[in-house]
Amino acid sequence: MKSNNIFMEYTKNDIINFLLLMFVALLIIPITIESGYWYSSILIPWLCLALASIGQQIVMGYAGQLALGAAGFMAAGAFACYNLILRVPDIPFFVALVLSGLIAAAFGILFGLPSLRVRGIYLMVATLASQFFIVWMIDKFGWFKNYDSSGIITAQDIVIMGKSFTSPLEMYLVIVFVVTVLTLLAVNMARGSTGRNWMAVRDMDIAAESMGISLLRTKLQAFAISAFYCGVAGALFAFTYLKSLEPVAFDIKLSFKILFMVILGGLGTISGAFIGAAFILLFPVLLNSVGNNIFHGAIDATIISSIEQVVFGVLIIIFMIYEPLGMAKLWDNIILKFKKNN
Amino acid sequence: MTEILFFVEVVVAGLLAGTMYSLVALGFVLIYKASSTFNFAQGAMVFFAVLAFVGFMELGLPFFLAFIVTILLMGVVGFCTERLVLKPLMNQSEDTLLMATIGLGFVLEGLAQAAWGVEVRRLDLGIGDFPIQWIIDTFGLFVSALDLTAGLVAAVLILGLSILFKYTKMGLGLRAVADDPGAASSIGIPLNNIMLLVWTAAGVVALVAGMMWGARAGVQFALVDLALKALPVLIIGGFSSIPGAIVGGLIIGATEKVLEVYIGPYFGGAIEGWAPYVLAIFFLLYRPEGLFGEKIIRRV
Repeated sequence: MKSNNIFMEYTKNDIINFLLLMFVALLIIPITIESGYWYSSILIPWLCLALASIGQQIVMGYAGQLALGAAGFMAAGAFACYNLILRVPDIPFFVALVLSGLIAAAFGILFGLPSLRVRGIYLMVATLASQFFIVWMIDKFGWFKNYDSSGIITAQDIVIMGKSFTSPLEMYLVIVFVVTVLTLLAVNMARGSTGRNWMAVRDMDIAAESMGISLLRTKLQAFAISAFYCGVAGALFAFTYLKSLEPVAFDIKLSFKILFMVILGGLGTISGAFIGAAFILLFPVLLNSVGNNIFHGAIDATIISSIEQVVFGVLIIIFMIYEPLGMAKLWDNIILKFKKNN
Repeated sequence: MTEILFFVEVVVAGLLAGTMYSLVALGFVLIYKASSTFNFAQGAMVFFAVLAFVGFMELGLPFFLAFIVTILLMGVVGFCTERLVLKPLMNQSEDTLLMATIGLGFVLEGLAQAAWGVEVRRLDLGIGDFPIQWIIDTFGLFVSALDLTAGLVAAVLILGLSILFKYTKMGLGLRAVADDPGAASSIGIPLNNIMLLVWTAAGVVALVAGMMWGARAGVQFALVDLALKALPVLIIGGFSSIPGAIVGGLIIGATEKVLEVYIGPYFGGAIEGWAPYVLAIFFLLYRPEGLFGEKIIRRV
């Protein structure tokens, strides 16, 4: 047994799964999928939102702090990235990305402060302040938008080492890289002492405190890292998916969406973030195509989106009652059953 | 002198607008008192109730009948919620219940829109949103008739609810259930009836709040966002106190109006959107249980 590994030890299965995923993401998908639609409407937003969900997952699923302001931090990250690239000459894209994550993290610490005193719905209201405040601030101070009066700003091209990444496939590769690195980091944090501290605070904060875990440090750390992930996700979301920057894109609806991704995907799992994001993103697409192909547009689009809302709500209630750990756990159970039967 | 008058006017308008927040918060408090559940869906219930009401009116029902039918509908909604959502989640953690009611909120919003459409409806209560002449004449103040009606309606509702809780057998039962559901049901208090009553009462409050908001801003989805502001109201007033909901609403209403009018212009306005939440944070830092709430004691 090696004792002082920087990274947690992985089983053979973990490594095989990881290589398999990378193989699919970097070879199979780029070779087989040619249409830009798949990249720009499904894969890119899925990965961006999954990254934001990991952020939400860290603060809510791991540290147990009910926060509802992911979209605010995403907005902070997106506009920070825009301004950095705009104002700092020759800044490398990845440096700007990391810096914008850090700026979002600063907001995360600021608005995470109430978590030291309150929890549950009280904390939720406090984090709503971040959501409304950040979006308002960006909207009202012209500097953030470079005094653009139209309200919609086109995002700059992503330029890395002098090469611009503008086609859907190229942007997809950039995102895969960022998401892979950050996901690995998140998995390591979750498995390591950081994550264990979070979970101890989540499960019983008083017990955690009496064991010598600093609540202040642990909670603010969770908020900061969560906001970092959201910030980076927001920047990627704006630069690759929206291709424009507008504060309204990061309204409370997006925060709710990310919250749902985490709840449905499964609280306290990184894979849950990906599963939840895929479900929340794909289900409306599915519903629309059912509406168009089976009912041939006989159902109004607004009704379809209402049905979508009802389904999400019902699913949340059902999961809360029958499987509070969400789809990730459901998936594990299915695999377990499958193995048992063999 | 005119400046002072203007200030008074701003405060009065804020206070009266605040009663509308109070109305939303009131429904919240009712359910919290009875079942210790943070009902995040209260805002959605406001939207659902008033949309249903307008929908029934469009079907040709007279005002009063539409009102009754909507209340019955809210009773059904409450019954279903109690049976299908809260019962199965009994004894779960508060956070789980809260997330379930967020889901419930989405269900109600979706159902309302699927049934009655998404377009903005006008709701005419026969009360205009314009200043009352005799108040201008006697005090020199501009006070909107709608605001004043909302204030009066809120007062009547609160009086009614207080009497219901204080002096009726049902109310006594309710307080017993709130105190200890297990003990209450063991001495034969009908838990189900009490819950049904509470949810229906919350539905009535939601409907009234929705009618007031709807008459002002139109019956539309934005009501849900407005209703979110009931949350800071609750934090300031305390989750389990009816007077708290009222006072909290008044504080939020007056503060946000004063801030908007006097400080807003320096920052490009629209600080109403976040000011209540920041105010709530300050309350959380100094008095987390709210002005009228019971001190929260957590046992390990």
